[in-house]
Amino acid sequence: MENIRELQAYGYFFFTLFLVVVLYAYILHLYRAEKKGTRNYEKYGKLALDDEIDATPVEPNDKGTDETKENKEQS
Amino acid sequence: MQNAGLEYDYTVSKWFAYLAIIFGIVGMSIGTYIAFELAFPGMNEWFGQYGTFSRLRPIHTNVVAFGFTLSGIWAAMYYIAQRTLKVSLKENSFVHGLAKAHFWLYLLLAALMVTTELMGITTSKEYAEMEWPLDVLTVVVWVLFGMAMFGMIGMRREKTLYISMWYFIAFFLGVAMLYLFNNMEVPTYFVTGMGKWYHSVSMYSGTNDALVQWWYGHNAVAFVFTVPIVAMIYYYLPKESGQPVFSYKLSLLSFWGLMFVYLWAGGHHLIYSTVPDWMQTMGSVFSVILILPSWGSAINMLLTMKGEWNQLKESPLIKFMVLASTFYMLSTLEGPIQAIKSVNALAHFTDWIPGHVHDGTLGWVGFMVIAAILHMAPRYFKREIYSRKLMEMQFWLQTTGIVLYFSSMWIAGITQGMMWRAVDQYGNLAYSFIDTVTVLHPYYTIRAIGGLLYVTGLFMWAYNFYKTMQSDKVLEKEPAFASPMGA
Repeated sequence: MENIRELQAYGYFFFTLFLVVVLYAYILHLYRAEKKGTRNYEKYGKLALDDEIDATPVEPNDKGTDETKENKEQS
Repeated sequence: MQNAGLEYDYTVSKWFAYLAIIFGIVGMSIGTYIAFELAFPGMNEWFGQYGTFSRLRPIHTNVVAFGFTLSGIWAAMYYIAQRTLKVSLKENSFVHGLAKAHFWLYLLLAALMVTTELMGITTSKEYAEMEWPLDVLTVVVWVLFGMAMFGMIGMRREKTLYISMWYFIAFFLGVAMLYLFNNMEVPTYFVTGMGKWYHSVSMYSGTNDALVQWWYGHNAVAFVFTVPIVAMIYYYLPKESGQPVFSYKLSLLSFWGLMFVYLWAGGHHLIYSTVPDWMQTMGSVFSVILILPSWGSAINMLLTMKGEWNQLKESPLIKFMVLASTFYMLSTLEGPIQAIKSVNALAHFTDWIPGHVHDGTLGWVGFMVIAAILHMAPRYFKREIYSRKLMEMQFWLQTTGIVLYFSSMWIAGITQGMMWRAVDQYGNLAYSFIDTVTVLHPYYTIRAIGGLLYVTGLFMWAYNFYKTMQSDKVLEKEPAFASPMGA
């Protein structure tokens, strides 16, 4: 029984450590993606502000309504 | 642009907004009534069995949580989803039909819920009182909601989902999972021939039932009172103030933090009960960790107002939202404190608990729903909000109401807890139960008055909304940011 408790304790400690690493890795990932220029997360804040239906999308969706319509028109 | 000339369709959003107003008034009026019953118990006899505290309390909680709050959330969802995805419900009659079916079936469900609970038909599980036929109907309503929401997401012109949509998706998935597992029940008539056809018992028993129930119960707070309300503030506060969210990265981090941590915190409802000790400790620990993602969102909202604090003075709508996020911070600090074992030994089963619930629900949830609907009103009706002054008065009246509510319950709860555990030099209990009742009477009265102030504010809200519909100050163009309002 003591053995199982000991294992549980080790398991608990390493799992917590693992989760902390995941959390910090995610923060690192967010900042590195921005630094490398692959993503600019802050521009998504504009999604709430420029939300008129005829506003230019922040990132257009290739499979969205307009494109589907266009495809149908072409075929 | 191909979509020039197209407009957003607010029909379903508007219907849900009307419902939120009606349910808010009904649910909180009942709440105020039963608060007065606690202070003046004679009132329990006024309407026979239909007016007793025990009959009305589940109606109060269900109508406010699953009537007022859900309607407010869906009014916001059908509005925010269209706008941040840049699609109109007009563009797809099937998805629009699903949204309308969602509304009408939900209305039917809500009517059945109130009727059955008034008749005393319940499963006796807190916040899961509906009997099995209504649980089945709930699943249908939920599936329709999901199909309508994912239908809009499928049509979207905007590739990236705004953070509010992340939260709405989590709301959909979280509630679906919690509801299904907690409402697993055995219809007694069909299995044993006992009881009426609509009666059931839980499929779990004893401690397991308690564990599942509070895993559900606390996560109802998470996925109904927190997650979709965070979705709302992430949209309405930036939009009304014209400021983009302070840190989008922080919003993502808080999202995942909240998702992971919240699901483990429910055990704090069962501290010092028959559940395993490690589970109680886990409930406490996760409750304390929960401060981080909760404050992450709340601070993000307050920092969104950086350099624009003058708006707090100028706009009552901003006041509602800033105070909502402040109440969110208060209640997400208070909750973890109550979840600490030694504090819980004093606080559990006392009035401090409903005090905590109400500074969260009245201050955070209520204020966000009120602000969201008033923000949408000029967009719904293309008219100015009827009166800024009325909104200001409502704000101050309701804030006073909340302060009276939680401060009286703090004092009552701690007094009660101390009296229950007080012993004399020989270890005998120092007080009998009735001693606590006598001492608590003034605080119960103050609480009821606080509730009355809040409900009065709701009538002012409804009146302002109604007059906005009829206002002759028509807007040429939909306002971009700050909502226009008359004096």
